[in-house]
Amino acid sequence: MSETAAPPAVPAPADAGKVETPFHRFCRDFAESRVATAALAVLAAIILLALFAPWVAPTDPYDLASVSILDSKLKPGSQSMDGLTYWLGTDGAGRDLVSAIIYGLRISLGVGVMSGVFALCIGTAVGLAAAYFGGRIDTFIMRVVDIQLSFPAILIALILLAILGKGVDKITIALVIAQWAYYARTVRASALVERNKEYIEAAQCLALGHNRIVFRHLFPNCLPPLIVVGTIQTAHAISLEATLSFLGVGLPISEPSLGLLISNGFDFMLSGLYWISFFPGVALLVTIVSINLVGDQLRDVLNPRLQK
Amino acid sequence: MTVFIIRRLMQSLAVVLVMSFIVFGGVNIVGDPVEMMVSDEATQEEREKVIRSMGLDKPWYVQYGRFVAGALEGNLGKSFVYGEPALEIIIHRIPATFELALAALLLAIVIGIPLGVYAGLKPDTVASKSIMAGSILGFSLPTFWVGLMFIMVFAVILGWLPSTGRGDTVPLLGIDVSFLTLDGLAHLFLPALNLALFKISLVIRLARAGTREVVHQDYIKFARAKGLTNSRVVLVHLMKNIMIPVVTVLGLEFGGLIAFSVVTESVFAWPGMGKLIIDSIQSLDRPVIVAYLMIIVLIFVIINLVVDVLYSILDPRVRLSEMKS
Repeated sequence: MSETAAPPAVPAPADAGKVETPFHRFCRDFAESRVATAALAVLAAIILLALFAPWVAPTDPYDLASVSILDSKLKPGSQSMDGLTYWLGTDGAGRDLVSAIIYGLRISLGVGVMSGVFALCIGTAVGLAAAYFGGRIDTFIMRVVDIQLSFPAILIALILLAILGKGVDKITIALVIAQWAYYARTVRASALVERNKEYIEAAQCLALGHNRIVFRHLFPNCLPPLIVVGTIQTAHAISLEATLSFLGVGLPISEPSLGLLISNGFDFMLSGLYWISFFPGVALLVTIVSINLVGDQLRDVLNPRLQK
Repeated sequence: MTVFIIRRLMQSLAVVLVMSFIVFGGVNIVGDPVEMMVSDEATQEEREKVIRSMGLDKPWYVQYGRFVAGALEGNLGKSFVYGEPALEIIIHRIPATFELALAALLLAIVIGIPLGVYAGLKPDTVASKSIMAGSILGFSLPTFWVGLMFIMVFAVILGWLPSTGRGDTVPLLGIDVSFLTLDGLAHLFLPALNLALFKISLVIRLARAGTREVVHQDYIKFARAKGLTNSRVVLVHLMKNIMIPVVTVLGLEFGGLIAFSVVTESVFAWPGMGKLIIDSIQSLDRPVIVAYLMIIVLIFVIINLVVDVLYSILDPRVRLSEMKS
């Protein structure tokens, strides 16, 4: 029966045919908060900007042929020699800040997401192992996690970078090591609850292999809290990378993330050229706030205790 | 109780040992100390002389033994940049960092608790909603960028407060402090506020959650029924009961303040040990890096040990569950 055929007075039968999938319910619950939906839209826009930076950005800020030192330190809204408008001004080397920010987002998001994904994989594997096998393995892993979590992430990343040096690979390693423990603890906590439920017992009675039980049965049921922690920790990773790059211990000059752009502007700020630091910071802030808002809403939607 | 403390002590020792191993291994395996000691034009003989004089021709466990023995005697090598013992340079910088961290802690309490209690008492007013929105922003704002904006607004545009350094210091019990001079206070305010920002948001959340829980308790209703003034109910009865979680969390977060002071000190050129480590990493001053890492690990292990022991004294459940496992 099609929806248009149903009389408008009784809309119920049209709906009754459709079974509401969990995904639909999830989308509807998520859209209940306008702020979170707006944040998601902003985040999607930022990700698209970062992905398609070379096509979206007005100029290529790192193409030496198109950057002119004569255009350096221009105010927001100024015109360049060849008629281009610099909406957010230019930096000390004459690069258009709009383009520099879009390219910077690409690097910042790339490093943040990459380290988030690696940390998630490692943390999940370790946490699942701890919860599933229990006993000495569990005690040992959780002791290591506890000890690591007693040090702030920035300190661990700083220690590692002091030893390793600068570089995209090095800061990713540092962020992964600084963050895996959060994932491990989250996964273990929810896996411990799931592990004692009947479906796991049933799977064990069927003599399925450990791998199959852990990854096909246990893991999917631990996903909701993991998604929430994943979004929040990715925001953290982006913020940490920016901080470390700003301090000059994160990314090298050849990988100008938002943190490095802000750091470049710091030198000009005392002479009143605020925009070189200000706008990349706003971009960073908008990114982090929108990820956090999406994460907050996800937590509300995915938490079964809050569901009506 | 004694068993619990001994176990925790052993664990702390193990952490320090493992960290010393990582730091030592990192410096000597990942990096090459000879590269930094010897100029590029040095001949092979000169290089070997340096290697021998530094004991780098010995197997790694002998080197590690020497490193640990030296560390236990308080000898972590001389700074390449300052030419003084690395440990002394760092210890000299510790008071500045602690002063900044304590000032930030104080600001977090003084600003955070009133705002949080207000937001908890009147959750539906516009002011409360803005306070909570502000606290979300406080969690998301990158500390270093806020610091830059503080400098921009208060130092460059308005010119009210200085943006770099510690200002005038006076000795107090043999340690130079800034907070007793007017100039020092002016220098302290912006960095302390910057460092406190994150903790202010945290305190607002804790105080609000605590207030909303406590305000419905019978003893608050009873206090109101007795006809006590509103200010007395809030300031005495309510305040006492929300302080426990706030104080606990802030105690735990003190270490975080010291770690994050690396950022604030670099922005405001505050001469503490956080700025020292960043400067040392940039000038490749290995002895200072190693000494800093060892000291910061030691500080954290001590903070964690103290918190754990205090917890087990305050809450017997903690040590009982520990005993069982």
